Order: sequence, then C-alpha cells, then structure tokens
Amino acid sequence: MNKSNTQTLPNEIPQIKSQPIEKVSIIVSRGSLEGVYPGLIMANGARMEGIEATVFFTFFGLEAIINDKMDNLKVATVGNPAMHMPTWLGGLPGISAFATRKMKQQIEELDIPPVREFIEMIHDSGGEIYACKASVDMFGLSKEDFCPQVKDIISVGHFYELSENAQIIFT
Amino acid sequence: MSTATIAHKTIEVDQEGFMKDHTQWNEDIARELAKLEGIDKLTDHHWSVINLMRREYKEKGDGPSIRRLTKESGVPIKELYQLFPKGPAKKAAKIAGIPKPTGCI
Repeated sequence: MNKSNTQTLPNEIPQIKSQPIEKVSIIVSRGSLEGVYPGLIMANGARMEGIEATVFFTFFGLEAIINDKMDNLKVATVGNPAMHMPTWLGGLPGISAFATRKMKQQIEELDIPPVREFIEMIHDSGGEIYACKASVDMFGLSKEDFCPQVKDIISVGHFYELSENAQIIFT
Repeated sequence: MSTATIAHKTIEVDQEGFMKDHTQWNEDIARELAKLEGIDKLTDHHWSVINLMRREYKEKGDGPSIRRLTKESGVPIKELYQLFPKGPAKKAAKIAGIPKPTGCI
C-alpha cells in the first residue's frame, strides 16, 4: 500500500486517507427507460463535478445508443413490484406505452433531457461512450448502428484498462 | 461560516468558498473569484453565463441546470466546459456569487 495514502491513528492503527473521486466508469446493462436513466444521470453528474466519466453500454443497455432504438425506450411495467401494478395489468397492450408517456413527462418537467440529448450532453461535456464488443457481436450489430457519440466498440479487457483508477459503477 | 477579503471587500463564504450573500457580489469580486478558480480573464461568453446564473438564481432561488444553462445562454456545452473547466455549473455559480446549484442535471 502506498504510504502517502495512509495515516496512522494515535492507537497506531493505519488508516487509508479518504480521496475525492476523480474518475468513474459506469456500466449500463439494461434497456428499459428506468434502467438507462440512472447511469446517464450519474455520468452527467460526474462531469458536472469535474469527475472524468466513461460510460460502457452492454447487453440490452445498448438500446440507449442504437440510432433507431434510443428514442423509443419503454418503461417495464411487468415484474417490477415498485410500479405497484399487478403483473396481469402491466402486460396488457398499451400499459407500457402509457407508463412510458407518464415517465417521459415527469422527466421533462425535471429538466432531464430525452435519452438522445442526454447522450449528446455527456459526450459534449467530455464523457466517453463505449459499446460492449461481446453484446454487439451477440446482437449482430456494427458501428453504423450506433449514434455518432459512441467512441468505439471495446472488449471487457479494454474497458478495465480504460477504468484504471476509476470507480466502477454497475447499473 | 467564514469570511474572505476579495477585491477590498469582506464577503461571507461557505466551506467550499461559495458566497453566502449574493448581494455582496460585484464584478470586481467576480474577476478575483475567477482568478482563484484559475480563470485569468473573463470573456464576454464568461459574463453571459455569469449573468444568466445570477438572473436564474434571483428568479428561482437556485442556479440553472447545465441543460438550461446551455439553452438559455446559447453557449454550447463543449464551450461551457472550456470556459469553466472542471464543472461549469459549480464554477460559474461560485464566480457569480450564488450558492452551489442543488439540481442533479
């Protein structure tokens, strides 16, 4: 352990000095509206604080950066107890669309941008956006399928390299 | 609460250096605060952001979000981060003499 990062308490127990967060790597793994926003809010929030941010989209999270999908993400109304909606109701036609419309309204009222604009904001504020290679291959996608803000399609190993000294946040 | 003497004026600041009373603010203070933040010269674009911050705070009691900041000032986000490196909303608020914005966006 690096000595400069530790201090010794009066009882001689060494303690790690707390350090401000300087870099975050955020993984977005889900493709529902409520699955995508937390990662985007945290990435943008990091940049606002001057913290470096990398966002890595994997599995269904890719939907948030696919050009012809990202404007149409839906709220999941089935299998989510916090929706306080019976599963049979959540599965009826139109319910997800209704819940999505409601949530989009609330998001807009809070001045939170739609997904595409949010991705642009994060990109323009210096955040880096990547797609997961394994997922891209699995879904049969290529670079042209993604919005222009996506910097590259990278492997997990590359992601860890880019995350050196970063806090990794999985969402 | 602590005080600091900036541009020959004693101002009250919080722990992070944000001014407690925005009415104590003036443009000379802004220039000095900007220097403390590593911004040597405030350009017209800096001022339009700073003035917008103050206007929003007076109207709404909080600094604007980055999204509002870019929309209302017409300064693109990329440039905001160049004008106020390491966090435009926070830095611009500090230089504008208003409290740290509380919004998440």
